[in-house]
Amino acid sequence: MTDTAEITASRSRAWQDAALAGLLFAIDPAGTGVAVRAGAGPVRDQWLASLRVLMLDRPWRRLPLHIRDERLLGGLDLAATLQAGRAVAQRGVLADSHGGVLVLAMAERLEPSTVARLASVMDRGDVHAERDGVSLHHPARFGAVALDEGAADDEHLAASLRERLAFSLDLNAVSPRDAAAQEWGTLQDLHEVQQARRRLPAVVLPEPVLVALCEAAAALGVDSPRAVLQALSVARAHCAWFARSEVDADDAAVAARLVLAPRATTRPQTEAVAETVAEEAAAPEPPPEMPESEPPPAPPPAEDSLSEESPAEPPTPAEPPPGALDELVLAAALAALPPDLLSRMKAERAGRDAARAVGKAGAQQKSGLRGRPIGARRGEPQAGQRLNVVETLRAAAPWQKLRRQTSAQASARQSAGDADAGTRQCTNDAHASARRIEVRADDFHVTRLRPNRQSTTIFAVDASGSSALHRLAEAKGAVELLLADCYVRRDQVAVIAFRGRAAEVLLPATRSLVRAKRALAGLPGGGGTPLAAAIDAASALADIARRRGESPLVVLLTDGRANVALDGTGGRARAEADALQAATRLRVAGVPALLIDTSPLPHAQAARLAQHMHATYLPLPQAGAQAVSRAVLAATR
Amino acid sequence: MSLTFPFSAIVAQDEMKLAILIAAVDPSVGGVLVFGDRGTGKSTAVRALAALLPPMRAVVGCRYHCAPESSAAGCEQCPVLKAGRKPRTELVPVPVVDLPLGATEDRVVGALDLERALSQGVKAFEPGLLARAHRGFLYIDEVNLLEDHLVDLLIDVAASGENVVEREGLSVRHPARFVLVGSGNPEEGELRPQLLDRFGLSLEVKTPTDLPSRIEVVRRRDAFERGPEAFVARWAAEDDKVRRRLVAGRKRLPDVQVPDTVLERAAELCMKLGTDGLRGELTLMRAARALAALDGLAVVSDAQLRRVAPAALRHRLRRNPLDDAGSTVRVERALAELFPA
Repeated sequence: MTDTAEITASRSRAWQDAALAGLLFAIDPAGTGVAVRAGAGPVRDQWLASLRVLMLDRPWRRLPLHIRDERLLGGLDLAATLQAGRAVAQRGVLADSHGGVLVLAMAERLEPSTVARLASVMDRGDVHAERDGVSLHHPARFGAVALDEGAADDEHLAASLRERLAFSLDLNAVSPRDAAAQEWGTLQDLHEVQQARRRLPAVVLPEPVLVALCEAAAALGVDSPRAVLQALSVARAHCAWFARSEVDADDAAVAARLVLAPRATTRPQTEAVAETVAEEAAAPEPPPEMPESEPPPAPPPAEDSLSEESPAEPPTPAEPPPGALDELVLAAALAALPPDLLSRMKAERAGRDAARAVGKAGAQQKSGLRGRPIGARRGEPQAGQRLNVVETLRAAAPWQKLRRQTSAQASARQSAGDADAGTRQCTNDAHASARRIEVRADDFHVTRLRPNRQSTTIFAVDASGSSALHRLAEAKGAVELLLADCYVRRDQVAVIAFRGRAAEVLLPATRSLVRAKRALAGLPGGGGTPLAAAIDAASALADIARRRGESPLVVLLTDGRANVALDGTGGRARAEADALQAATRLRVAGVPALLIDTSPLPHAQAARLAQHMHATYLPLPQAGAQAVSRAVLAATR
Repeated sequence: MSLTFPFSAIVAQDEMKLAILIAAVDPSVGGVLVFGDRGTGKSTAVRALAALLPPMRAVVGCRYHCAPESSAAGCEQCPVLKAGRKPRTELVPVPVVDLPLGATEDRVVGALDLERALSQGVKAFEPGLLARAHRGFLYIDEVNLLEDHLVDLLIDVAASGENVVEREGLSVRHPARFVLVGSGNPEEGELRPQLLDRFGLSLEVKTPTDLPSRIEVVRRRDAFERGPEAFVARWAAEDDKVRRRLVAGRKRLPDVQVPDTVLERAAELCMKLGTDGLRGELTLMRAARALAALDGLAVVSDAQLRRVAPAALRHRLRRNPLDDAGSTVRVERALAELFPA
C-alpha cells in the first residue's frame, strides 16, 4: 500500500465513521450528541443534510451564536402579553427541540454563560427557567450537534460542552469526492433508523461489556463517567441498528473507537496491550460498513438471564472470555488513536489556558450599549439603548385601572355635546381602551448592560546595562507602536522600568498616550537586572487592574539575564532563582504574558523564564518593532 | 418533576454526602460548597437530598411556610394567622429550590405580580425563589458562573436571613433563611471571596480512581436511566435508613455536649492555620456537633473535629499563590501536628 493510498483509505474511513456516528446519533439523539469539527463546506453540508433526512420525523432547531436567554430558555412572550393583556409565557429553543436535534452553529464561539445553561439543561433533561415573572418547566431531551469551526489550534469547544457529546468527528480531512462516493441518509435509512429506535428500549447490555468499557476508559485515562455512559448508549444504538437484542463485542468495540478513543489522555503502555494493538491493526477492523440491504441478523444468545447486580457472570461459550473482551474493546479504541495524541493534548491544554486567561472579549467591546444585561433602570431609551419591555410593563401595570378611568373621562369630555354618531364612537373607544395597556413615557425602563472587560497592557522594560547595549532603542520603538495600537482600542497602558537595584513604576495604568511616551523617552539605561523585582511589580499592577475589572496583559522586554536578587543584592544564581519564582507567581495568578527577548541571540534563559510564566516567547532579533506589535495584538485578541 | 437519583445510591463521595447531611441536621452550619471535576455527581447529590428530607410542619396559609413555633419575625402573614389562637398547620416537603443560571433578579427576590397587575390592576407581591427556599435549601449549580448582581443579592440575604424588596412601589420584607448549596467546576471560574465565606463547609470532589467504583458508578447510573422507577424503588430502603439517621440526629442535636477541651482544640487549629475571623471556629464546632448527633453520640470528641476540619476550614485559609498543593493539604498537615496519632 502506498502512502497516498493509505491517506485516501484513512480519509474515506473518516467519512465512514462520520456516517456511522450520524446513524447511531439518529437512533438515540438524546443519549449521545455529536461534535463536528469542520469548516463550512460541501462535506459538512452533506453530513448535515444526511442527518436531516434521518431526523425528518423529529424537531430540528438551530441555535444561533448570540441567542438571548428569553429565546434560549423561554420567558415572557411580549407580543402575546400585550395583545392579551395578561402574562403569556413562551417556550425557548431548548424546549422546542425536545425529542429532536439542536444544531449549535459556531459552537466554539459560544459564550461561557450559554454553554453553562446548555450543559445544565442537557444534564437535567428539562428546562427550568425563572425569568421575567414567569416560572417555566418544560421537558428538553434533545441531541446536540455542535458545529465546531475552529480553525486555529487554540479554538475549541468549551470543555463542559464537549464532555456531554458522545461523538467527536473531524471532517476537515474528508474530501467532497469521498463524501459523494458514499451516501447515507436515504429514506430507506430513515425507515431503518425508525425501526432501530423501536428496538432500542429492548436491547440488553451484558455486564461484561459494561466492565470492559469501564476498563477501556480507565486505561485510556478517560476520567468522566459520562464518557462511559455515552459509550453504553452508542453500543446499544449500534446493537439496535443491527437488529440484535444483546450488545456484543462488536458493538462495544465501535463504541470504544468512536466515543472513548477521541478523549484519550494517556496511551496505555503495557506490553500485552501493545501486542494486541499490533495484532488488531492487522486484523479486520470493526466493520463500519453501511448495510445497504438487510442488516445481518445475528441470533441472540437468549438463554442468558441477566441479573443486574451480579458482576461475575459466567461467560457463555459463544462469547469471548471477559479478559479477551476487554482487550478487544481497548484495542479498538487504540486503533483509532492518533499517533501525535500527547503533543496534541498539550497544545490543546495550552490553547485552552491562553484562551481563558486572556479573556478574548477584553478588547472587543467598549460601549455601554453592549455587554451582559445586569438589570434595568428607569429612563427613556436614548442613543441606541435597549428598551426593557418587561420592566416597562411592570412599571405601567399598577396604574392601568386609574389610567383607563382618566382616559375614558377625557374622551367622554371631548365628545360631550357631539352628535349621537360621536357617542357611539366614544363607547367603542372606551371599550377598546379597556383592553389596551396604557404605557406612559415615565414607565419606560432601559436595560443596564455591563460592558465587557477592558484590557490593560503592562509593559516591563529592561533598561539594564546589558539590555541598553543591545536593543533598548528598538524595544522602545516596539512599545511606542503598541501604545499607538492601545490608543486606538482605548486600552490602558502601564509602564515599569527596571535597572540597577529595583523596578520602578514609571507610569501607573493610564489612557494617556503622551504621558506613556514621555515616560519611555526619558528612560535611561545602565545598571544591573533586577528581573524578579520587575516581574513582581508587574504582578502587582496586574492585580490592581483585575480588581478594577480589567483584563491585564504583561509584556516583558528583557534579555532574561537576571543578576540582582529580590532583596537588591547581586549574584547571578540567586537572582535567576528569584526571577523564576516570580515568574511562577505570575503564572499562578493567571496573568497572560508575553516575553520579548531583547538579547542579540535568542537565549535559553529567557525562553525558560517564558516557560515558567506560561508566556508567549518572542525573540526580538528575528523580529522588528512591527513584528512585536503584531505579536502583542495577537496575544490580546 | 422527574425522578431524581437516590441519595444512597451515589457511589463513594463520602465526604460530600456527609457534609450535606451535616448541613441538613444543623442548618446553622451555613451551607455547603461542592467544587470538583465534571461528572462527579455534584448536582446529583444535592438534588437527591430533596427526596431524602422528612417533611416539615408549616402554618397553613403562610406563603413563606413559616414554622408554627417561630416568633414570626419579619413575616407579615403569620401574626394575622396566629393571632389569638393556635394556627392550623400542615406537613409540607422541605423546599430544595434550584436557582437556574440566567434567572432574572425579579424571580429571585420576588416582584410585582404581573399577571394580577395587568388583568385586575392590583398591586400584589409575587414571592421569588428566596421566599420559596425559606426553611429549606437553595441550590445554585455552577455557582461560580452566577451573575455578579445576583451574587451581591444572595450574600446580603444569606447573612441577614431576611429578604427586603423595594421595587416598583412595593415595600416587602419576608424571612428567607435557607441553607445555601453551591456547586461548580473550578476550571470555569473563581468564586467571589465574600460568597465563599458564606458557605460553612466546602468540598473538593474527584472522580473515583479505582476501577470497581468507577464500574459501579456507571452501572448504577445506567440502571437509573433505563428504568428510574424500578431503580428508585430498589434503593428506597437504603434512603429510608439515611432519613432515619437524619431525623434521629436532628432530635439529638440540642443535647449534644461540646466540652471545653474540644473548643480549645478548635481554636488552636484555627490559629495555627491563620484563618480570618471567628466564623471558622464556629463552623468547626457546629459541624462537629452535628456529626456527633448523626453518629448517635452525646459528647463531641476530637474524632469528630478531625473529620469535619478539612471541610470547615479549607476555604478560609489565606491564599498563598505559590503553594500549589492546595488548602486541603495544609489543613491535613496542621491536623497531623495537632493530633499526633
